Amino acid sequence: MDLLNALVVFLNFVFVPAVSYGAQLALGALGVTLIYGILRFSNFAHGDTMAFGTAITILCTFGLQALGITFGPLPTALLALPVGIVATALLLLGTDRVVYRFYRERKAAPVILVIVSMGVMFVMNGIVRFIIGVGDVTFADGARFLVSARGFQEWSGLEEGLAIRSSQAITVVTAAIAVALLFWFLNHTRTGKSMRAFSDNEDLALLSGINPERVVAITWIIVAALATTAGVLYGLDKSFKAFTYFQLLLPIFAAAIVGGLGNPLGAIAGGFVIAFSEVMLTYAWRKVVLYALPEGWAPDGLLQLMSTEYKFAVSFAILIIVLLFRPTGLFRGQSV
Amino acid sequence: MKRLLLAVGATALLAGAAAAQDAAPKIGIILGFTGPLESITPFMAQAAEVAIAEVNAAGGILGQQVVSERADSTCIDAAAATAAAEGLVEGGINAIMGADCSGVTNAILTNVAVPNGIGMISPSATSPGLSTVEDNGLFFRTAPSDARQGVVMSEILMDRGITEVALTYTNNDYGKGLADSFQAAFTEMGGTVTLAAPHEDGKADYSAEVAALAATGSEVLVVAGYTDQGGRGIIQNALDTGAFDTFVLPDGMIGQDIVDALGAGLENSFGQYPGTDSQGAAMWQEIAAAQGFDGTSAFAPESYDAAALIMLAMAKAGSTDSAAWTAQVMDLANAPGEQIFPGELAKALELIAAGQDIDYEGATAVELIGPGESAGNYREVEFKDGEIVTVRFR
Repeated sequence: MDLLNALVVFLNFVFVPAVSYGAQLALGALGVTLIYGILRFSNFAHGDTMAFGTAITILCTFGLQALGITFGPLPTALLALPVGIVATALLLLGTDRVVYRFYRERKAAPVILVIVSMGVMFVMNGIVRFIIGVGDVTFADGARFLVSARGFQEWSGLEEGLAIRSSQAITVVTAAIAVALLFWFLNHTRTGKSMRAFSDNEDLALLSGINPERVVAITWIIVAALATTAGVLYGLDKSFKAFTYFQLLLPIFAAAIVGGLGNPLGAIAGGFVIAFSEVMLTYAWRKVVLYALPEGWAPDGLLQLMSTEYKFAVSFAILIIVLLFRPTGLFRGQSV
Repeated sequence: MKRLLLAVGATALLAGAAAAQDAAPKIGIILGFTGPLESITPFMAQAAEVAIAEVNAAGGILGQQVVSERADSTCIDAAAATAAAEGLVEGGINAIMGADCSGVTNAILTNVAVPNGIGMISPSATSPGLSTVEDNGLFFRTAPSDARQGVVMSEILMDRGITEVALTYTNNDYGKGLADSFQAAFTEMGGTVTLAAPHEDGKADYSAEVAALAATGSEVLVVAGYTDQGGRGIIQNALDTGAFDTFVLPDGMIGQDIVDALGAGLENSFGQYPGTDSQGAAMWQEIAAAQGFDGTSAFAPESYDAAALIMLAMAKAGSTDSAAWTAQVMDLANAPGEQIFPGELAKALELIAAGQDIDYEGATAVELIGPGESAGNYREVEFKDGEIVTVRFR
């Protein structure tokens, strides 16, 4: 019986990966949920918005690296992040001006806006591929590990290793900062309050003199910041590939809906619910149980509830259960 | 009026028929320009177009310049691939160079090629299932079936004294086919596969897959995936968490990009991919370098060979009709005859015109067996100091 090793295995293979994946999903879901709350449609172009912001940030990172500028142990991409955010904000404001405003003025039904956003998604898909290509791009530099598996084994004398990548730590810290800033902005500034008013009741907000175009523009800027940050963090943790970002859309939407569309707190919770359930329900608990049980009690099987290919089935099962029994999501967002 | 219309229609038909006979030989290049393989397909298409340009520079075939048209197979969407191939057929192609992934290749073969009687040569579909598919003799591939690779991989493991592995494969026809054939061969040789877990490509996170594989307690992980997809994500994650440090990499997983990305992480790993030490491979590298692209890119040489075989077969058959040229492919690809290497297509055409036998070797030492697929020579490789080092040929 060796509870310490059991705990380390659990942390290494379940807890640490799920927390960082959850933080990435949460940031993405926040963007989706903001657009849903204020502009009232599901933005399918969000994954590609993330890809665009990341692509610009990567190019800027390469530029900085060529100039010999780095960020010490932290990845250079964090220095380049503001440039990516500005470029993405310009792209989103431009898209809004050219595409979405037309439909907003006509008070188009949300379902039409969803289809429109799909068109925007394909265009952005193309733009990103034109800018940076279809291949895999690695742009992480700086220290790779905060705690490396081997280092931990030597330090603790335990059989099992624990690895925490710097990108995972940065992801969680950055996500926490971004969320804190967002909540402070929404709750304590005049603009933030006007955005919430606009989200709660558009007509009343208009009557009380809130400028809708301004609210919309600020929403897009915040969404650009969130999407670019989420995309860059994800790319630092894994690597950048346009196709993967497009695929990220599914778990992000699952997270936003589970948490409650339009509710920022829900988006964060949803991100972690999806990440933890994906990892925990498909994890083979054999090693943990081997350590935790007295010798000789060890089971033969892998103790895997379901095989990993059902990972996405897990997300969607949760999604359906939530939609059936609590259509507004865990945190009382708007029903879909 | 009615008569006039009929007359006009008949004339148009006749003109159309005449035009069809005079039309230039046309090859449809159908590969996944979007989707999971979008990073290697541009080079594959370019390789095929290099072969076409070479033939055209030598005066073309049947007295005409060969033309080609690209279409997108998407690699994953059978319906889209079928529609794209039908578009090509309407455009009047005489042959298909493609498709890339095994799943869409099967879809195009059964839905488009066989019903329309169009011959096709795939450079990269390696699923064992395609060996037994009903093809009316129209389908060939310049890539070997993975049934062979499964045996080669098992032999390599046994030679290294490894009898227990965990296995993960990309969840498509390629990954599943390779995993099945490997499992069968490895078990037969007395090995044990502790867990065979599929993974999806292009997904956000692979922690769950690695966690499950690590729980088996195996020391060695076989990763049947793609270099820039889930396969790489899994290796990266396994290295980071310290779950595995020895990986066995089949063809889809070997490329300079993965060595560059993972570096020292692959020091203990090994693998195999189709390849020969034939002089054709080196000659192909030179041609590709002169055209400004990387000839080692996966399946680029196979693509050159596929396109070259199609055109030589048409020349030998003296016809662009699929039934006629597909009957010549096996003959051209195999001995006896004068060996033909990349860059020598002009010579091959001359020999064919003179009625002499040729043995097309090409960039990949083409040797077609059984149902028209490459016999399969493999290179056993290790990864030392950021280089792919060939240990031996099998």
